[in-house]
Amino acid sequence: MSKNTTSHARPLSPHLQIYRWQNTMILSILHRASGVAMVAGTLLLVTWLSANAYDPAFAASLNGFLAGFIGKLMLFGWSAAFYFHLCNGVRYLLLDSGKFFSVENARIATFVVAGTSGFLTLLTWIIVWGGSK
Amino acid sequence: MSNNSQLRSELAKVRGLGSAKSGTKDFINQRLTAIAMIPLGLWFVCSLLCIATSGDTAKTAAFFASGFNSSMLILLLAAMFYHAKIGVQIIIEDYLHCPYSKMAALLFNLFLNSGLAVTSIVAVLKLHFSH
Repeated sequence: MSKNTTSHARPLSPHLQIYRWQNTMILSILHRASGVAMVAGTLLLVTWLSANAYDPAFAASLNGFLAGFIGKLMLFGWSAAFYFHLCNGVRYLLLDSGKFFSVENARIATFVVAGTSGFLTLLTWIIVWGGSK
Repeated sequence: MSNNSQLRSELAKVRGLGSAKSGTKDFINQRLTAIAMIPLGLWFVCSLLCIATSGDTAKTAAFFASGFNSSMLILLLAAMFYHAKIGVQIIIEDYLHCPYSKMAALLFNLFLNSGLAVTSIVAVLKLHFSH
Protein backbone atom coordinates (compact mmCIF):
# COMPACT_ATOMS: atom_id res chain seq x y z
CA MET A 1 0.00 0.00 0.00
CA SER A 2 2.69 2.44 1.01
CA LYS A 3 4.64 1.48 -2.11
CA ASN A 4 1.76 2.66 -4.28
CA THR A 5 1.66 6.11 -2.71
CA THR A 6 5.40 6.75 -3.08
CA SER A 7 6.13 5.29 -6.56
CA HIS A 8 3.71 7.54 -8.48
CA ALA A 9 4.78 11.05 -9.41
CA ARG A 10 2.43 13.54 -7.81
CA PRO A 11 0.59 15.97 -10.10
CA LEU A 12 2.14 19.45 -10.22
CA SER A 13 0.32 22.76 -10.49
CA PRO A 14 0.86 24.52 -13.86
CA HIS A 15 4.00 26.64 -13.98
CA LEU A 16 4.81 29.99 -15.62
CA GLN A 17 5.02 28.81 -19.25
CA ILE A 18 1.37 27.63 -19.15
CA TYR A 19 -0.08 31.10 -18.61
CA ARG A 20 -0.49 34.01 -21.02
CA TRP A 21 1.97 36.77 -20.07
CA GLN A 22 0.44 39.62 -18.12
CA ASN A 23 1.83 42.97 -16.94
CA THR A 24 1.60 42.04 -13.26
CA MET A 25 3.69 38.88 -13.87
CA ILE A 26 6.36 40.83 -15.74
CA LEU A 27 6.54 43.50 -13.01
CA SER A 28 6.74 40.82 -10.30
CA ILE A 29 9.70 39.15 -12.04
CA LEU A 30 11.38 42.51 -12.75
CA HIS A 31 10.95 43.48 -9.09
CA ARG A 32 13.05 40.49 -8.00
CA ALA A 33 15.53 40.97 -10.85
CA SER A 34 16.04 44.66 -10.06
CA GLY A 35 16.38 43.83 -6.34
CA VAL A 36 19.12 41.26 -7.00
CA ALA A 37 20.82 43.67 -9.45
CA MET A 38 20.89 46.33 -6.74
CA VAL A 39 22.41 43.86 -4.25
CA ALA A 40 25.25 43.49 -6.79
CA GLY A 41 25.29 47.30 -7.01
CA THR A 42 25.84 47.56 -3.24
CA LEU A 43 29.22 45.87 -3.75
CA LEU A 44 30.22 48.87 -5.89
CA LEU A 45 28.84 51.26 -3.25
CA VAL A 46 30.76 49.57 -0.41
CA THR A 47 33.92 49.53 -2.57
CA TRP A 48 33.48 53.25 -3.34
CA LEU A 49 32.92 54.16 0.34
CA SER A 50 35.86 52.02 1.52
CA ALA A 51 38.14 53.40 -1.21
CA ASN A 52 37.32 56.97 -0.18
CA ALA A 53 37.90 56.11 3.49
CA TYR A 54 41.11 54.08 3.25
CA ASP A 55 42.78 54.51 -0.17
CA PRO A 56 42.41 58.00 -1.76
CA ALA A 57 44.53 57.01 -4.80
CA PHE A 58 42.23 54.09 -5.60
CA ALA A 59 39.21 56.31 -4.92
CA ALA A 60 40.45 58.83 -7.49
CA SER A 61 40.82 56.16 -10.18
CA LEU A 62 37.44 54.66 -9.23
CA ASN A 63 35.86 58.13 -9.55
CA GLY A 64 37.51 58.49 -12.94
CA PHE A 65 36.07 55.14 -14.00
CA LEU A 66 32.57 56.09 -12.79
CA ALA A 67 32.77 59.41 -14.64
CA GLY A 68 33.67 57.51 -17.85
CA PHE A 69 31.27 55.87 -20.31
CA ILE A 70 31.19 52.34 -18.82
CA GLY A 71 30.96 53.74 -15.28
CA LYS A 72 28.10 56.03 -16.25
CA LEU A 73 26.38 53.11 -18.04
CA MET A 74 26.63 51.00 -14.83
CA LEU A 75 25.23 53.88 -12.74
CA PHE A 76 22.47 54.39 -15.32
CA GLY A 77 21.46 50.72 -15.05
CA TRP A 78 21.64 50.93 -11.26
CA SER A 79 19.47 54.07 -11.14
CA ALA A 80 16.93 52.51 -13.55
CA ALA A 81 16.74 49.42 -11.29
CA PHE A 82 16.40 51.71 -8.26
CA TYR A 83 13.54 53.80 -9.68
CA PHE A 84 11.70 50.75 -10.97
CA HIS A 85 12.05 48.95 -7.60
CA LEU A 86 10.92 52.14 -5.82
CA CYS A 87 7.81 52.75 -7.98
CA ASN A 88 6.84 49.08 -8.06
CA GLY A 89 7.46 48.86 -4.30
CA VAL A 90 5.02 51.74 -3.76
CA ARG A 91 2.52 49.81 -5.92
CA TYR A 92 2.98 46.78 -3.62
CA LEU A 93 2.46 48.98 -0.53
CA LEU A 94 -0.79 50.28 -2.05
CA LEU A 95 -1.84 46.71 -2.94
CA ASP A 96 -1.15 45.76 0.70
CA SER A 97 -3.58 48.47 1.78
CA GLY A 98 -6.28 47.12 -0.54
CA LYS A 99 -5.97 49.37 -3.61
CA PHE A 100 -6.03 48.30 -7.31
CA PHE A 101 -7.83 45.00 -6.74
CA SER A 102 -9.98 45.19 -9.89
CA VAL A 103 -8.45 43.77 -13.10
CA GLU A 104 -8.63 47.12 -14.91
CA ASN A 105 -7.08 49.14 -12.05
CA ALA A 106 -4.34 46.52 -11.54
CA ARG A 107 -3.47 46.86 -15.22
CA ILE A 108 -3.49 50.68 -15.16
CA ALA A 109 -1.20 50.64 -12.08
CA THR A 110 1.42 48.60 -13.97
CA PHE A 111 1.54 51.22 -16.75
CA VAL A 112 1.83 54.02 -14.16
CA VAL A 113 4.79 52.19 -12.57
CA ALA A 114 6.55 51.72 -15.93
CA GLY A 115 5.94 55.32 -16.98
CA THR A 116 6.92 56.92 -13.66
CA SER A 117 10.12 54.89 -13.23
CA GLY A 118 11.19 55.63 -16.81
CA PHE A 119 10.44 59.34 -16.39
CA LEU A 120 12.34 59.62 -13.07
CA THR A 121 15.37 57.78 -14.52
CA LEU A 122 15.55 60.11 -17.53
CA LEU A 123 14.96 63.21 -15.36
CA THR A 124 17.80 62.22 -13.00
CA TRP A 125 20.25 61.77 -15.86
CA ILE A 126 19.27 65.02 -17.52
CA ILE A 127 20.10 66.70 -14.17
CA VAL A 128 23.38 64.72 -13.80
CA TRP A 129 24.43 65.61 -17.37
CA GLY A 130 23.56 69.24 -16.73
CA GLY A 131 25.54 69.26 -13.47
CA SER A 132 28.65 67.63 -14.96
CA LYS A 133 28.99 70.26 -17.71
CA MET B 1 -6.30 8.02 26.67
CA SER B 2 -5.99 11.10 28.85
CA ASN B 3 -2.76 9.74 30.41
CA ASN B 4 -1.31 9.13 26.97
CA SER B 5 -2.04 12.70 25.81
CA GLN B 6 -0.25 14.13 28.84
CA LEU B 7 2.93 12.32 27.80
CA ARG B 8 3.10 14.32 24.58
CA SER B 9 5.61 17.14 24.45
CA GLU B 10 4.58 20.80 24.08
CA LEU B 11 5.90 20.77 20.48
CA ALA B 12 3.86 17.68 19.58
CA LYS B 13 0.72 19.33 20.97
CA VAL B 14 1.00 22.49 18.87
CA ARG B 15 2.08 20.82 15.59
CA GLY B 16 -0.59 21.24 12.97
CA LEU B 17 -2.65 23.60 15.13
CA GLY B 18 -1.91 26.62 12.92
CA SER B 19 -0.35 30.00 13.53
CA ALA B 20 1.56 30.75 16.73
CA LYS B 21 0.52 34.43 16.26
CA SER B 22 4.07 35.34 15.29
CA GLY B 23 6.27 34.93 12.21
CA THR B 24 5.25 38.11 10.39
CA LYS B 25 8.44 39.87 11.55
CA ASP B 26 10.17 39.73 8.14
CA PHE B 27 6.99 40.78 6.28
CA ILE B 28 6.48 43.86 8.48
CA ASN B 29 10.17 44.83 8.65
CA GLN B 30 10.50 44.57 4.86
CA ARG B 31 7.69 47.11 4.49
CA LEU B 32 8.99 49.38 7.27
CA THR B 33 12.45 49.54 5.67
CA ALA B 34 10.79 50.10 2.26
CA ILE B 35 8.84 53.10 3.56
CA ALA B 36 11.96 54.50 5.26
CA MET B 37 13.92 54.17 2.02
CA ILE B 38 11.46 56.22 -0.08
CA PRO B 39 12.83 59.58 1.20
CA LEU B 40 16.32 58.19 2.02
CA GLY B 41 16.73 56.60 -1.42
CA LEU B 42 15.54 59.66 -3.34
CA TRP B 43 17.94 61.87 -1.33
CA PHE B 44 20.78 59.40 -1.92
CA VAL B 45 20.33 59.21 -5.70
CA CYS B 46 20.06 62.97 -6.12
CA SER B 47 23.13 63.78 -4.02
CA LEU B 48 25.50 60.90 -4.66
CA LEU B 49 25.08 60.42 -8.43
CA CYS B 50 26.23 64.00 -8.99
CA ILE B 51 29.32 63.46 -6.80
CA ALA B 52 30.21 60.05 -8.24
CA THR B 53 29.97 61.17 -11.87
CA SER B 54 31.82 64.45 -11.31
CA GLY B 55 35.17 62.65 -10.72
CA ASP B 56 36.00 65.37 -8.16
CA THR B 57 37.44 64.15 -4.82
CA ALA B 58 37.08 67.58 -3.18
CA LYS B 59 33.30 67.33 -3.62
CA THR B 60 33.36 63.91 -1.92
CA ALA B 61 35.25 65.32 1.08
CA ALA B 62 32.80 68.22 1.45
CA PHE B 63 29.86 65.80 1.24
CA PHE B 64 31.07 63.58 4.09
CA ALA B 65 32.12 66.53 6.29
CA SER B 66 28.40 67.26 6.75
CA GLY B 67 26.82 65.54 9.75
CA PHE B 68 23.42 65.53 8.01
CA ASN B 69 24.77 63.73 4.93
CA SER B 70 26.66 61.14 7.01
CA SER B 71 23.65 60.48 9.26
CA MET B 72 21.28 60.11 6.31
CA LEU B 73 23.71 57.75 4.58
CA ILE B 74 24.13 55.55 7.70
CA LEU B 75 20.34 55.34 8.11
CA LEU B 76 20.00 54.39 4.44
CA LEU B 77 22.76 51.74 4.63
CA ALA B 78 21.17 50.13 7.71
CA ALA B 79 17.69 50.03 6.12
CA MET B 80 19.07 48.96 2.73
CA PHE B 81 21.10 45.95 3.89
CA TYR B 82 18.30 44.80 6.20
CA HIS B 83 15.81 45.09 3.31
CA ALA B 84 18.24 43.28 0.96
CA LYS B 85 18.77 40.48 3.50
CA ILE B 86 15.01 39.85 3.78
CA GLY B 87 14.46 40.10 0.00
CA VAL B 88 17.24 37.71 -0.96
CA GLN B 89 16.19 35.32 1.84
CA ILE B 90 12.69 35.14 0.33
CA ILE B 91 14.15 34.32 -3.10
CA ILE B 92 16.39 31.60 -1.58
CA GLU B 93 13.46 30.09 0.32
CA ASP B 94 11.34 30.10 -2.86
CA TYR B 95 13.83 28.40 -5.17
CA LEU B 96 16.31 26.37 -3.08
CA HIS B 97 14.73 23.21 -1.71
CA CYS B 98 17.78 21.09 -0.76
CA PRO B 99 18.08 21.63 3.04
CA TYR B 100 21.90 21.86 3.09
CA SER B 101 22.38 24.25 0.17
CA LYS B 102 19.42 26.30 1.42
CA MET B 103 20.96 26.63 4.88
CA ALA B 104 24.35 27.49 3.36
CA ALA B 105 22.80 30.14 1.11
CA LEU B 106 20.77 31.64 3.99
CA LEU B 107 23.89 31.85 6.18
CA PHE B 108 25.92 33.37 3.32
CA ASN B 109 23.15 35.93 2.70
CA LEU B 110 23.01 36.89 6.38
CA PHE B 111 26.80 37.14 6.79
CA LEU B 112 27.32 39.00 3.49
CA ASN B 113 24.67 41.66 4.18
CA SER B 114 25.76 42.08 7.83
CA GLY B 115 29.39 42.38 6.73
CA LEU B 116 28.62 44.89 3.98
CA ALA B 117 26.43 46.96 6.33
CA VAL B 118 29.11 47.20 9.05
CA THR B 119 31.94 47.79 6.54
CA SER B 120 30.12 50.61 4.78
CA ILE B 121 28.91 52.31 7.99
CA VAL B 122 32.45 52.23 9.47
CA ALA B 123 33.76 53.72 6.21
CA VAL B 124 31.19 56.55 6.40
CA LEU B 125 32.16 57.24 10.04
CA LYS B 126 35.85 57.29 9.09
CA LEU B 127 35.12 59.69 6.20
CA HIS B 128 33.05 61.94 8.44
CA PHE B 129 35.49 62.21 11.35
CA SER B 130 38.65 62.51 9.23
CA HIS B 131 37.40 65.61 7.38
